[in-house]
Amino acid sequence: MKRTISDLKRGEKGIIKDISHQEIPLKLYEMGCLPGNEVELIQFAPFKDPMYLNINGSFLAIRRQTAQLIEIEKIENTPTL
Amino acid sequence: MSKQIKVALIGNPNTGKTSVFNALTGLNQKVGNYPGITVEKKEGVCKLPRGVKAHILDLPGTYSLNATSLDENVVIELLLNKNDKDYPDVAVIVADVENLKRNLLLFTQIKDLEIPCILVVNMADRMERKGISVDFELLEKRLNTKVVLVSTRKGTGIDTLKDLILDYKNISAEPCVNSSVIDQEYFGGLKKAFPNQSIYKLWLVITQDVNFVKLDRNLVKDTSNFSTKSRSDLKRMQQKETIVRYQFINGVLKETFRKDINAAKDLRSVLDRVLMHKVWGFAIFFLILLLIFQAIYSWSEVPMNLIDDSFSFIGEWTKTNLPSGAFTNLIAEGIIPGIGGIVIFIPQIAFLFLFISILEETGYMSRVVFLMDNIMKRFGLSGKSVVPLISGTACAIPAVMATRNIENWKERLITILVTPFTTCSARLPVYLIIISLVIPEGSLLGLSYQALALMSLYILGFLMAIISAYILHKILKFRTRSFFVVEMPNYKIPLLKNIGITVFEKTKSFVLGAGKIILALSIILWFLATNGPSEKFENAESIITAQYQDQNISKEELNKHISSYQLENSYIGIVGKAIEPVIEPLGYDWKIGIAIVSSFAAREVFVGTLATIYSVGSDDENTIKNRMASEIRPDGFKVFNLASGVSLLLFYAFAMQCMSTLAVVKRETNSWKWPSIQLVSMTGFAYIVALIAFQILK
Repeated sequence: MKRTISDLKRGEKGIIKDISHQEIPLKLYEMGCLPGNEVELIQFAPFKDPMYLNINGSFLAIRRQTAQLIEIEKIENTPTL
Repeated sequence: MSKQIKVALIGNPNTGKTSVFNALTGLNQKVGNYPGITVEKKEGVCKLPRGVKAHILDLPGTYSLNATSLDENVVIELLLNKNDKDYPDVAVIVADVENLKRNLLLFTQIKDLEIPCILVVNMADRMERKGISVDFELLEKRLNTKVVLVSTRKGTGIDTLKDLILDYKNISAEPCVNSSVIDQEYFGGLKKAFPNQSIYKLWLVITQDVNFVKLDRNLVKDTSNFSTKSRSDLKRMQQKETIVRYQFINGVLKETFRKDINAAKDLRSVLDRVLMHKVWGFAIFFLILLLIFQAIYSWSEVPMNLIDDSFSFIGEWTKTNLPSGAFTNLIAEGIIPGIGGIVIFIPQIAFLFLFISILEETGYMSRVVFLMDNIMKRFGLSGKSVVPLISGTACAIPAVMATRNIENWKERLITILVTPFTTCSARLPVYLIIISLVIPEGSLLGLSYQALALMSLYILGFLMAIISAYILHKILKFRTRSFFVVEMPNYKIPLLKNIGITVFEKTKSFVLGAGKIILALSIILWFLATNGPSEKFENAESIITAQYQDQNISKEELNKHISSYQLENSYIGIVGKAIEPVIEPLGYDWKIGIAIVSSFAAREVFVGTLATIYSVGSDDENTIKNRMASEIRPDGFKVFNLASGVSLLLFYAFAMQCMSTLAVVKRETNSWKWPSIQLVSMTGFAYIVALIAFQILK
């Protein structure tokens, strides 16, 4: 099954695999959301949307809808914070 | 005068670019607009060593040269146009040391345009705390540029920056990333077709209209000589280009940048946990809003009373000390009360801008955006709509412009349309004076009725904005991509200097802008009120004296009758009488009618207009408020009673009465359709609500 950023739980990390979906804006790439980069879910807003992420050292928030388009590989055994 | 060095200050948002600008220019700056668009243009002059001066242009913050908004577009338009009078001799790129990687993306793009670049690494004071060390010498070598470490908080590095600007001719203008590797064949063709142009420049021109707007395509008019690409291909190539740039940056930083992750755990996560908590986060936000209203209402009372008293004193003084005549009357009855009507709410505007700029500077505003997005989305708005809706409490004009960073057009349009419902500071003087006239004194649970009334008006405005947003959300059918990216900046203690300059500049431009209209209108109104077309006006004195000669009334009483008869037969009286039938059902007399009509120039004119009209009608040295309180209708009731007062408050809460806002909405939506809809629906709704309120309460 394909995993996306929206599958992450709080404090979990993943590696971005695929961002080729046409709906993903260029701005996200420019902010560091590129294949191979690490992404960590820091916090949810109420109702779990939007999601507050640390992507490659950049702190940003995106909506769940967009997060669902970004495929990741989960890093297992994430150390608890 | 020797030629000034032209400097463009460029950087990502939240890098302290404005602090660098303030450090370079001090108060030597002016804020204007780019021709034809409402993007704020900030420029200033900086004194360099050896008597040389530099002209500094503070360009809007942007993450890259691929513009997604009008503000960002200004940056690329300027950098692509060598003939622009502001085209920089040298670009100063401001980067935040903690986000160096992302900030360098923009740097590489600008460097590839073959402009000499100076890289400012800001927030040096945070390096030690964050365990960051940078090899600047190597960084300069690898980026082939000059790098300067600056702390605007401590004021270090600014002199070095000035020296570098002075010496800009020695800075390399070589590009640093070869983006043509992403598609050799395509870029080869491009190079062959336009041998004299920079490849990256061509590429930017070609891709800009994929992103945002069509640029002037003169540069690449003829596309027959090279293969063209589809939109999605271009986008894929832009993605690849971004990857190539990051590869370069990663390579550079690997050698030069070190961060000790074991350095103290930062404040960020602790503050985030509290400020963005699903309960505490909202509670804190609500408390902050309460504090803001408290400040506007009670803290500004003292300076406002002071201003009010001084102006009535000055008016009186002018009247007694200048030779009497039409000119003195114009000054004392037209101009002075008119200016007083605007100066009086400087304290409140200043407080509002103070709080808004503190919220922005600390990084808290982004947390509010995050917290509110989900709720706002249900009403067809974006979390980013919170900023315009809060700024709207100062003025709808900057608020409408603040919607530009909302990515989704439908959410942005709805925000623009509903923002004028929020209680702007121009409504405040109207509210304050009416509330003090018609809402009784006394208090409930320690809060005065008057403060509660004001608070409910703010809530009412906000509710109306939300409800109409929901209706628009259901009515408007656009197919737009929903997308939302917001950076969560580091928390910072705001710089006093930045806050001070923002408050000063915003208040100044607001007062001068509104002031001009108010001054002009007061003079016109005064003229219309002191002149009349018919003999009735000219012969007021003899007509009234004849009318009352049998009755035994005092001289003062007689004078009062004369002046009110004169006013009724003046030009303004005739206009007012003509519109009276329309507004009578709302409980207003013709004088209020005139004030409402003139409010369409700007709402705050209301108080000034009444001041002018009433000054003409009386010789007392009373303040505007006392004059209004003593106005009596022919049937013996007060003009400003509870029913007419509430009706007036509601009318001002909902009506679209501001021409400047309509003009800005037209510019931002690029059509007259939306401002017309706003004008008709808001004012129509206001009329109905005011009518119902008056008919129930009277």
